[in-house]
Amino acid sequence: MAYTDPAYTDTPLLRIRGLSKSYGRHRVLTDLDLTLPPGVHALLGPNGSGKTTLVNILSTLLPYDSGEVRVLGLDPRRDRKTLQGLISLTGQYAAVDEKLSGTENMLMMGQLFGLSRRDAQRRADDLLERFELSTAAHARVATYSGGMRRKLDIAAGLIAHPQLIFLDEPTTGLDTRSRQALWDEITALADSGASVFLTTQYLEEADALAERIVVLHEGNIVADGTAAQLKGRIGGSTIQLHDDAGHILEEIPTRGSAIDVARHLDTVARTRPDVDVTVRRPTLDEVFLELTGEQAGAPDQKDADREEVAA
Amino acid sequence: MTTTTPPREVQAASPGNGAGALTGLRVFTGRSLKHSFRDTESLLMAILLPVMLMLIFVFIFGESIAAGQGGDRSDYLAYVLPAVALTAAGFGASYTAVVVSNDMTTGFMNRLRTMPFPAVTVLLGHTAASMVRNLLATGVVLAIAFGLGFRTEVGIAEFAGAVGLIALWILVITVVFAVLGMVAGSAEAASGYGFVLLFLPYVSSGFAPVETMPGWLQGFAGHQPMTPIIDASRVLLSGGNPGDEWWIGLLWCGGFIAVAVWLAAVLFPRKIAR
Ligand SMILES: Nc1ncnc2c1ncn2[C@@H]1O[C@H](COP(=O)(O)OP(=O)(O)O)[C@@H](O)[C@H]1O
Ligand SMILES: [Mg+2]
Repeated sequence: MAYTDPAYTDTPLLRIRGLSKSYGRHRVLTDLDLTLPPGVHALLGPNGSGKTTLVNILSTLLPYDSGEVRVLGLDPRRDRKTLQGLISLTGQYAAVDEKLSGTENMLMMGQLFGLSRRDAQRRADDLLERFELSTAAHARVATYSGGMRRKLDIAAGLIAHPQLIFLDEPTTGLDTRSRQALWDEITALADSGASVFLTTQYLEEADALAERIVVLHEGNIVADGTAAQLKGRIGGSTIQLHDDAGHILEEIPTRGSAIDVARHLDTVARTRPDVDVTVRRPTLDEVFLELTGEQAGAPDQKDADREEVAA
Repeated sequence: MTTTTPPREVQAASPGNGAGALTGLRVFTGRSLKHSFRDTESLLMAILLPVMLMLIFVFIFGESIAAGQGGDRSDYLAYVLPAVALTAAGFGASYTAVVVSNDMTTGFMNRLRTMPFPAVTVLLGHTAASMVRNLLATGVVLAIAFGLGFRTEVGIAEFAGAVGLIALWILVITVVFAVLGMVAGSAEAASGYGFVLLFLPYVSSGFAPVETMPGWLQGFAGHQPMTPIIDASRVLLSGGNPGDEWWIGLLWCGGFIAVAVWLAAVLFPRKIAR
């Protein structure tokens, strides 16, 4: 059973106003504004866009330079300890102890979160079972595969029933099967009432999991909305027509919905019944080109600020 | 404005109120001890090293060094005992730099820092485990010494005093290595920096009297911190009066520990793995 508190239903999950952060003279986050309700949300951005920095600030790990930040209504600096009891971070780099077993890792985290040994043990058994790690529970983590480590890492973060779970690139480096398994877990988490704030470099992942997708580019939020809204802005899947050698004959943009794709395919079927067809989603590269290109075309104050810093 | 603190019941009902420093210390000491005893190679080294050192010094160098001082091999055994214990402990404690560095450079420490308890207890756990490991090694050194014929008639207080001084110096090198592990960029670098420390006992009164060294070394060897500690524990074990040596040794240890704790307190909050 997940721990949820009715007192938080009116409080936004995150409320960020004018957040900036620099490492020395290197500005990494620029004047961010963001408000998110409870739920599962994704922060989408390429390498170096500032995802980890933002997650670390929200999870009390890093101080920020200026602005106002509220996580579950709490200030990560002033209300640090209270907030720490309500969140968990599964960072980009594994936080599991290789020389301990899966169970030992879970027990350690449970006790550090303040659970009694008995409660920690019961909860550890439950979670290991749920993440299909029971058979490997007593083996040392050093013997685990990448996917198993990731699962254990995430399970360890759940031991004290956090209300908000930060997952920094949870599926980077995993094979397709492990990725799908993790997606199922994250979906189950959301169903149990916990909120999730995850970062990812994959549009597909954000699309599969998140209610709201926040797109980060060079420390600026360049888009923020539901998957549908985002697709509306960047266009949906593209229908590609190939010849036998695989060369692209034509690309037909669609809005991405089943009805729209079907309508275009219908036309293709009538005019060229034998042509090879693939339906391709926009790649992250295309999304960014679209979003950042748009921004460059209409520079606002934030861009001007950033250029000053870069100069 | 929205409220910035949740109602009291929420904090009370939250299951993740966090452990105290004592729980942290207990959990991390257990963890570090598990590491120590599962790393069979390091454990084997920790036991074999004092054995080898003892045998080399007593049987290879012992006769000739003792002859120069007008004694025999068993005199040299009593002479070299504290230095062998501390040399072995130096190697044992250098392991602390590696494990601390590992924790600092992986995601482990980052997660701990987002949890509601004092993360610095992870360093105390490594320190406690190092004490246990190295006092075991000291026990091995004493056992070999007794096996080779070492005898002492001193009372329990003097014996405890001698072992206490050795334990205090083990604590000193452990905390120094812990700080090195914290500032080093990698585990390899951490053990590299500590290399110099491992030679310290050879340039002290531990293996040969300072007077027998070349003049330019005597200044350092006579005044470095290990000399009064080794002299005092040796004198205590032989039933003599350690005089000023013993509080000079204590002062050195206190100074080192204070500086290391201060450095750790300053550095720890700044070190966040990327
Ligand atoms: N501790 C640090 N010191 C200096 N620069 C950093 C540090 N951490 C990250 N950066 C820089 O900040 C930028 C954003 O990094 P990061 O938040 O890790 O992005 P992402 O997680 O999206 O890859 C990058 O240019 C990175 O090099
Ligand atoms: Mg990152």
